Amino acid sequence: MRAGKETGMPIAERFESIGRKGRQKKTLRCGADSLAGSVSQRACVYCGARVVLNPVTDAVHLVHGPIGCAVYTWDIRGSLSSDAELYRSSFSTDLKERDVVFGGEEKLTRAIDQLVEKYHPPVVFVYSTCIVGVIGDDLEAVCKSASRRHAIEVIPVESTGFSGNKADGYRAACDVLMRVIASGQREREEAGESGSSSRDELAINYLGDFNLAGEAWIIRDYFREIGIPVNTVFTGDSTYESIRGAGRARLNIMQCAGSMNYLAGKMEEQFGIPCLQVSFVGLTDTADSLRRVAAFLGDEKICWRAEELIARESEKVKPLIREYRRKMKGKKAAIYVGGGFKAISLVRQFGELGIDVVMVGTQTGRKEEYETLFDLASEGTVILDDANPSELEKFMVEEGADLLVGGVKERPLAYKLGVAFIDHNHDRKHPLSGFTGAVNFAGEVYTTLFSPVWKFTRGGEVWENGGYSYGRASC
Amino acid sequence: MEEQAVSYRSVNENPCHMCMPIGAILPFKGVERSMVLIHGSQGCSTYMRRHISEHFNEPVDVGSSSLNEKGTVYGGEANLKQGLDNLIKIYHPSLIGVLTTCLAETIGEDIDRIGQEYLRERKMDNFPLVTVPTPGYGHSHSEGFSLAVKRILARLARKSPSHGRINVLVPNISPADLREIKRLLEIMGVRYTLLPDFSETLDAPFTSPYHKIPSGGTGLNSIREMPGAIATLQMGVTLEEGFSPGKYLEEEYRVPLFNLPLPIGLENTDTFIRSLQKVTGAPVPEILLKERGRLLDAMVDAHKYNFAGRCIIFGEPELVYAMAGTCLENGVTPVAVATGGKGAKLKTLLQTLRDRYAADAPDTGNGKGVGPVFLPEADFDIMRRTARERGANLAIGHSGGKYLTEKEGIPLVRMGFPIHDRVGGQRIFSAGYAGTTVFLDRITNTLLERKLSGYRERIYRQFYRGKKYDLV
Repeated sequence: MRAGKETGMPIAERFESIGRKGRQKKTLRCGADSLAGSVSQRACVYCGARVVLNPVTDAVHLVHGPIGCAVYTWDIRGSLSSDAELYRSSFSTDLKERDVVFGGEEKLTRAIDQLVEKYHPPVVFVYSTCIVGVIGDDLEAVCKSASRRHAIEVIPVESTGFSGNKADGYRAACDVLMRVIASGQREREEAGESGSSSRDELAINYLGDFNLAGEAWIIRDYFREIGIPVNTVFTGDSTYESIRGAGRARLNIMQCAGSMNYLAGKMEEQFGIPCLQVSFVGLTDTADSLRRVAAFLGDEKICWRAEELIARESEKVKPLIREYRRKMKGKKAAIYVGGGFKAISLVRQFGELGIDVVMVGTQTGRKEEYETLFDLASEGTVILDDANPSELEKFMVEEGADLLVGGVKERPLAYKLGVAFIDHNHDRKHPLSGFTGAVNFAGEVYTTLFSPVWKFTRGGEVWENGGYSYGRASC
Repeated sequence: MEEQAVSYRSVNENPCHMCMPIGAILPFKGVERSMVLIHGSQGCSTYMRRHISEHFNEPVDVGSSSLNEKGTVYGGEANLKQGLDNLIKIYHPSLIGVLTTCLAETIGEDIDRIGQEYLRERKMDNFPLVTVPTPGYGHSHSEGFSLAVKRILARLARKSPSHGRINVLVPNISPADLREIKRLLEIMGVRYTLLPDFSETLDAPFTSPYHKIPSGGTGLNSIREMPGAIATLQMGVTLEEGFSPGKYLEEEYRVPLFNLPLPIGLENTDTFIRSLQKVTGAPVPEILLKERGRLLDAMVDAHKYNFAGRCIIFGEPELVYAMAGTCLENGVTPVAVATGGKGAKLKTLLQTLRDRYAADAPDTGNGKGVGPVFLPEADFDIMRRTARERGANLAIGHSGGKYLTEKEGIPLVRMGFPIHDRVGGQRIFSAGYAGTTVFLDRITNTLLERKLSGYRERIYRQFYRGKKYDLV
């Protein structure tokens, strides 16, 4: 059933978003609206904004809208906190028909007042949803007045669901973060402690890590060891105060560019903080990123300590990785993830493990990222943007993939196809970053590829009836 | 009955219920070769797919008209039609459900008109397109579910000659329970049409080759012929009439309607079996008598342990009602019940249930007598507070209840939808005598685990005061 089987053609409007390395020019259509009825795996603007802001742990995250938007995002992320837990609650104005008819501003005002009184948060994020975009509640005005009343920041998030795609939600979240950073910066300027002299000459901000399963803690620890203080993380285990102090850093390092590129640009423009693209996914990327950050900060001692750390950690994990590689070499992987950075890093990481990538796609990858993917991919690899289950099925089956990397929605599809699966999404419960993460990743790949269950789905005598195979005999 | 007084709430903290369209997706997954398209922004369909998929561990494909800014301003007609075109190209369904969202309803999309026009334009006049108005701000997912069943009937049902089958209409229960209800019907020798039936589609066996629409579901012809049934048994005692598919069949086609509780619990299962007996006139087969006897035996074995149970029950109205009954008949006190909704009918039903058991309850003077208190429009913040105030030591409901475990240390018996933090949500088995037996075991064992872990320590702390006063 697996290799070489032809399945249905994708719909014609999708052709331009699907490419194959070596057969065409190195570009894809991307960033376009999803095609109606194609069953895109993408979510909406609100989703993008919520993902990025959610790990601000001491904020009230209030969804101004109907109950659905809040319930589907209640504590579904694996971002860890070292302190506040408020971010794990989902607050909603639970708009009802009468609110839609008469407007939801009063209800929102009361909701903010009640929440501030109950939880005393330093900041409230008020997310806009589709309905709010249509009935025209003036979030800015409601938030402004609440802000004055409570003497804290109450910030509207322009995340009206239909006004773009998930990537626009990232931008909306970045605008909010920028607002917080700027207010912190202004305050320091007024107190006379701004300007480049107030900067910690070594401190960095780490952008595009959501501290899923403590990943940002792992990276923070590496930098601590080599003598580089991490000022704040966008956004993983972040507090309002730590974000306000972001302007103090000397350098931004950015992992998930899809969500953070815009913020990095703004920070460079307004505060002159340069940005370095990094990735802590896989051994090569982790070592390379530590080196580049150390080199950028230009301190010999730091570079030396970085080399020490890389050597020590690599030594620790390399025998294990080598052993996994021996077992897994020649297997075929398919990748379908949210953003381009992750896809690129995964292609490299599979390379380290001797696994061929036969298909790679993202929900919201950018043009440059697809170019990189075309460069990295081996001949014949299918590359696609904003795919649907039907295309994922087609290419996994045709290319004979042994393994899929994806999120919650992709997992059951892979399993039904008898394909192994790696969860690389926001609700994962074990870290996949850094040296530790590389071992976890290899271990997870091994676990899923070599599970005994596949013995019963492939090979051997078939138990069948009416044209369906119900699995294979055990002996 | 006591009712928690709630002032008009402006904020919901950690919701117990979901929105209307997600409930409406499920019945379509229980109709043969059917697909659903949600008319709204892309996120609605993706979030709901994720939510459903993680519960059932099955691929759940749902189309979206992917409304963008342009569609919102100038109308989403073109998007909806294109969406239908593409869905048909990829999936070749035999029926399509079109659901609205907050967005589509507020911008005033007339899906009936667009749908009819679409079928005319594509020369598909006889194709069953089922529209369901499901604004997310309208009602909860439970009403969305019932309304979708009603609309499927309204579109397909035709005046049919009497065929001797009965209609069985079910709310959102697990595929395992659907299978059990079918087994009971078969054991009782009743010919039936079960709607919806996602026992195969949302808990599909591992097979190859893979099919984009899994096989199973209620056949379209069977649905068409439902007006020719002897009677409708609807597990919908909490349903408001406007959302009752059984009421629709009664009013339009004079099919006698019998509303009964879900067959979870001894009494509720008895009610179901007796209703079937009325249809067949035959005695109850021995196999069921034995299953009933085994349940009764289990109830006797566990009754003293169960008396320690003070539970908070939450989830969808029908399930919650059946679970409250099961608890009460076993001496487990439901101290609070919540659905997230107003629960007008449920409240009265629970009152009656409570009155039947209240007479025997001792007045221990601590105000913690026999429940249940219904908590209208409750969220997990209210439930948490109530659980603490009323000394709950057990929670029964969906995965949202993990919050009660985390914050208050109350163990959770997972029941209903969604189950996201454990595998097997689709296989949770609680219906019929056999299902009730294992459901009761889950309750009792959770209570036992709590009691047995640390009782030595607890008693030591409570009573042991050292040996210094003892005579040597």
